[in-house]
Amino acid sequence: MQKLLEQSLDWVDARYPVKKVWDEHLAKYYAPKNFNFLYYFGSLALVILVIQIVSGIFLTMHYKPDANMAFASVEYIMRDVEWGWLIRYMHSTGASFFFIVVYMHMYRGLIYGSYRGPRELLWIVGMVIFVTLMAEAFMGYLLPWGNMSYWGAQVIISLFGAIPFIGDWLAEFIRGDFVIADATLNRFFALHVAALPLVLVGLVFAHLVALHKVGSNNPDGIEIKQNKGPDGIPVDGIPFHPYYTVKDIMATVFFLILFAAVMFFVPELGGWFLEHDNFMPANVLQTPPEIVPLWYFTPYYSILRATTTDMIYVLYGVTVAMAILTVISVKDIRAKGATVVVAAVVLVALNILQPKLWGVILMGSSLMVFFGLPWLDRSPVKSIRYRGWMFKTALTIFIVSFFVLGFLGTQPATGLNTRIAMVGTVLYFLFFLLMPWYTTFDKTKPLPERVTE
Amino acid sequence: MIKKIIIVLLLSVPALGLAAGNNLKLDSVDIDLSDKASLQRGARTFINYCLSCHSAGYMRYNRMGKDLGISDELVSGNLLFAADKIGDLMKAVMPAEDAKKAFGTVPPDLTLVTRSRGPEWFYTYMRSFYRDESSASGWNNVVFPDVAMPHVLYSWQGEQRAIFKEHEGRRVFDRFEVGSSGSMSEEVYTDTMRDLTNFMVYLGEPAKLVRYRIGTYVIIFLLIFLFVAYLLKKEFWKDVH
Ligand code: HEC
Ligand code: HEM
Repeated sequence: MQKLLEQSLDWVDARYPVKKVWDEHLAKYYAPKNFNFLYYFGSLALVILVIQIVSGIFLTMHYKPDANMAFASVEYIMRDVEWGWLIRYMHSTGASFFFIVVYMHMYRGLIYGSYRGPRELLWIVGMVIFVTLMAEAFMGYLLPWGNMSYWGAQVIISLFGAIPFIGDWLAEFIRGDFVIADATLNRFFALHVAALPLVLVGLVFAHLVALHKVGSNNPDGIEIKQNKGPDGIPVDGIPFHPYYTVKDIMATVFFLILFAAVMFFVPELGGWFLEHDNFMPANVLQTPPEIVPLWYFTPYYSILRATTTDMIYVLYGVTVAMAILTVISVKDIRAKGATVVVAAVVLVALNILQPKLWGVILMGSSLMVFFGLPWLDRSPVKSIRYRGWMFKTALTIFIVSFFVLGFLGTQPATGLNTRIAMVGTVLYFLFFLLMPWYTTFDKTKPLPERVTE
Repeated sequence: MIKKIIIVLLLSVPALGLAAGNNLKLDSVDIDLSDKASLQRGARTFINYCLSCHSAGYMRYNRMGKDLGISDELVSGNLLFAADKIGDLMKAVMPAEDAKKAFGTVPPDLTLVTRSRGPEWFYTYMRSFYRDESSASGWNNVVFPDVAMPHVLYSWQGEQRAIFKEHEGRRVFDRFEVGSSGSMSEEVYTDTMRDLTNFMVYLGEPAKLVRYRIGTYVIIFLLIFLFVAYLLKKEFWKDVH
């Protein structure tokens, strides 16, 4: 028996690099031995991706992408399809957990400097995954055709209308109609179940390839590959398999317990995972009292709503201040000139373009700035463990702003709320814009030779 | 520090549950889906008094019968006024156009009303109709001002009048005053509405009858699995220093 198995493996191996792949990516792939719990979230994101695809396939077997039938078909899944309620809750809970997991994964990258060289490309692929995931969730949210699905999509797509000249045409092109309608539902369905999942899977593959080329960072932010033993193996590395496979299995089971607790006991999570207004079918005539996206979009939604006429004045100030700071700091005369030109263009644009468009621009930029992190950070160390008070303070302010913005995004945009959101927005961006300075001046601690416990 | 902030924020999330509707205080209602008798009483009220105008168009009669322990014969014999077949969806008796003519609006489907507006809202709404000569139907409701629905359970509850008071320049609801009494005492009417609310919660999500139980088994299984996975991890990691 044993022999037969070995022979067939050899047969395959002569024609397909099974052993090679196994060794390179598992048995002889060396990962730092000091991973902490924040390092589970990558594997967990893979687990969730599989959960979403499998539950999504089963939903697609019963769901009807038709404006007259979509809402009823989801209720049909909830009632008449065998285990349909479980599949549906798995998918809706999975969507929110996906974002929890991905946000934790990104937070890990932020505090341990995982975006720094040589991992810039790994970080960029990750950001593309994140943006794709947001598109995937946005389109999925239209499918149940509830009233919040409908109005949420209406609000977000109409934002494209703010773009000068082509805006209205573009919004109409995306919707396939003058308002959100059957045509929109059909194309969102196609993108949600086929196009974007394919892109996501492809990107995740690229992400892993990039990871295995450069190797993992770790909570100390030092490169284990710079300290190899006589056998050529990093002294602080351990083979991914079996060490991290067993550890990740443990984490996955723990994660599934939390997942099951929400899915079986509080699938709506008080309106945070499934909104109350989405239990009413889409109604063109009845706007919900507050149009709020699901929680994972609310920080960006807050930034959008905070960009009122008043905010434009704040933006003038920020632009001028940043320009002065840059001109003083850079030595090259051409760089000084370029800064002045860019600032002038921004100031003119602030004058001409409407605040609504600036809201869209800021919302887009709030994601785009993440792409710049590898180049904004000038610290000699990567990990927060060896950084000084400046970075720690900046990060704390950023995280708090992110949560405050997220919360405000679920609340009515009253005068006070908008003021707070404006402050939050500015602080959010300053974390990135000022990073070259505070990471340069920050006092860092000496790095250890070897990873610490 | 940051980790702590995140944990605190995450834990406070369910408590911050997004509130729906207006700021009137709603009465809490004790929902118990294991109380089959209560669900059956609620079902009877709903089918006899509400289906004439409203649909519960995502729900089938036989599914309800099966879940509530009412045999198909009993459902067909006693509850099937509005449909021909026991496997039919629970559609309203009154055609939508007629309803529109009579009330100026189509009575909305009620299958999911406790999921969209909440059980407390429904429970309070059903007990908050009052006499209002100025409205078309002669009725109004404090939870749903200028509602087009008449108080269809008027013969049970009797007639109440709403007393309003001035508060910061606005007219706000203060209390009810009993006008004429109906065939039920106040307690009996309240209990009947609690049964109806209980049924409506079931109607909104029949899976609720089973999902807690299944969830408990799943979590127990996973806990055992976690223990085994932990031992496995510990065994392998013994030699990592
Ligand atoms: C005579 C017809 C009629 C009957 C019978 C009737 N309703 Fe209504 N109901 C209406 C109409 C019409 C509306 C719409 C009110 C409006 O939009 O102003 C309504 C609205 C409602 C609403 C508010 C729904 C929402 O989300 O806006 C609830 C809840 C409700 N009815 C419950 C009931 C219950 C429970 C019964 C059975 C005890 C019942 N109704 C019987 C006509 C009726
Ligand atoms: C990859 C990440 C995915 C995310 C983040 C995601 C997210 C979502 C969201 C937020 C919803 C609405 C939730 C609800 O109210 O039910 C939804 C619905 C849906 N998704 Fe996905 N999804 C993903 C993948 C998939 C895949 C791969 C498929 C199919 C192959 C799929 C098929 C569906 C269908 C059919 C619905 C509508 C049914 C329903 O609303 O219950 N999804 N998705």
